[in-house]
Amino acid sequence: MSHELDTVVGQLAALASGSSSARALTERALDRAAHAQNSLNALISSVGTEHALAAADAADAARAAGSAGALSGIPFAHKDLFCTAGHPTTCGSRMLENFVPPYSSSVHERIEGAGGVLIGKANMDEFAMGSSNEHSYFGPVHNPWDTTRVPGGSSGGSAALVAARVVPFATATDTGGSIRQPAALCGVSGFKPTYGRVSRWGMIAYASSLDQAGVIALTVEDCARVLDVMSGFDPRDATCADRPKVDVDAALARPLKGLRVGRPRQWFGAGIEDGVGAAVEAAIAEYARQGATIVDVDLPSSEFAIPAYYVIAPAEASSNLSRFDGVRFGHRCADPKDLADLYKRSRAEGFGHEVQKRILTGTYALSAGYYDAYYRRAQQVRRLIANDYARVFADVDVLAGPTSPTVAFKLGEKLSDPLALYLADINTVGVNLAGLPGLSIPCGFSDGLPVGLQLVAPTWREDLLIGAGHGYQQVTEWHRVEPPRVP
Amino acid sequence: MPVSVDSAKVRAIAELARLAIPKEQEALLATELSAVLDLFDALAAAPVDGLLPLAHPGDPTLRLRPDAVTEADQREAFAAIAPAESAGYYLVPKVIE
Repeated sequence: MSHELDTVVGQLAALASGSSSARALTERALDRAAHAQNSLNALISSVGTEHALAAADAADAARAAGSAGALSGIPFAHKDLFCTAGHPTTCGSRMLENFVPPYSSSVHERIEGAGGVLIGKANMDEFAMGSSNEHSYFGPVHNPWDTTRVPGGSSGGSAALVAARVVPFATATDTGGSIRQPAALCGVSGFKPTYGRVSRWGMIAYASSLDQAGVIALTVEDCARVLDVMSGFDPRDATCADRPKVDVDAALARPLKGLRVGRPRQWFGAGIEDGVGAAVEAAIAEYARQGATIVDVDLPSSEFAIPAYYVIAPAEASSNLSRFDGVRFGHRCADPKDLADLYKRSRAEGFGHEVQKRILTGTYALSAGYYDAYYRRAQQVRRLIANDYARVFADVDVLAGPTSPTVAFKLGEKLSDPLALYLADINTVGVNLAGLPGLSIPCGFSDGLPVGLQLVAPTWREDLLIGAGHGYQQVTEWHRVEPPRVP
Repeated sequence: MPVSVDSAKVRAIAELARLAIPKEQEALLATELSAVLDLFDALAAAPVDGLLPLAHPGDPTLRLRPDAVTEADQREAFAAIAPAESAGYYLVPKVIE
């Protein structure tokens, strides 16, 4: 079971009471990170002991001076696609292996400004493309619950670090499920806010109309506290919304009694493992026991979500990733014979197979003669899917179902069948297409591996997810169960 | 399984995407891209007549801002991370003979 120093809220309490210090918490995180690295490979780089401890000492000094921020002294890791000035940011790619950004992402500025202590950059699928973290140039991440299995992806390093109690929270991003699915497979809580809630500025883009930054932590309350720091208007991201923040304390106090929970039939379709379905049904029954109303609902366009996603996301990626050309930054091939050769070989050497495949897919979908049949049609389907959600939210507050159809699978198991891997996101991609907030929380085990419950709310209603998720964690213990200690 | 993308098509798309695909990978990519395109066929059955395409969730509108200089000159910082640069210019292979 979790120790109180494993959570953000627990660490903040220890700092406030003086029973621990930012230096002690940071040393603890650095020790654990070093110890876990061999078996998990969850970090791509460390910021260095000296740098992390200097930030910790600054946090201790701020607290002593009465000027501590909301996350002062809390060690954390960033998914390695948040730019950090002066520290390498690789996006899991050979293309950016030696890239040191000249500026920091908005998310990093906010967390660092609140006193958070960065210890390192978390491993991830290259350019956030993947659902198993096997597509990283820096090698796969291993699941702390069973190191022969994947942690999910693309934020696999972030989820593994939190599950292994190395850091109390890690940032992550979600384009088609990349926060929620690894959170489910690693038995932790993963929160993807509404599209536009958190600034994307300084976050290396995959598919700009779908990418959204969020957080992975042990509890929903921790996620909410960190999101409160990360979120808010930023004029540097044209899609970042100028809206009031969520009232976290009010959201945490929302009762489960009277909550209207929708159970989408389509989320329980073929391919859902029996053990996953049973754990999720038990979780929904717990909501009913706490006084929530359970309603079966339909999302009839769900079957189109995966094909629409795999048109739209690669199309946007083919455009976004055109900036990596070997000229201004990133990998450059040796001895280019002309400019075209420079572009083509730098890109072929810098990008891994899955990234190249998605660039080619997107280029094809956008090419003359195919645009209407693929890209335009996929965007129409996107509206169809958004309309489905809008319709069901007229009758329910949140939707509940399995985050992932399966528990963590074996490393290598799905690499030979890429389409099977794409289906890992069958219940998560629709939420990105519609821009909704989503949450995955631990709700049980199947064959000793964690199962995640996905909760989804209408746009800008993160308060409903915080209330529903925190309320569940007040009456259950799944989020406290620890994986075996790293040997 | 019918292959909708062949090696010649892979070469044509790779040219558009500025990717130097080794010859021995063309067949594998042709098979993989065909499988993805087969997945797309499902979209044809979606009842989308009359629906406007949705490009961004929430259909955000573009904001106006004051026409003021907000970015500092960071030329040196950006030049420092370039693979090859000289005197404030990015260097590339000679384009004009």
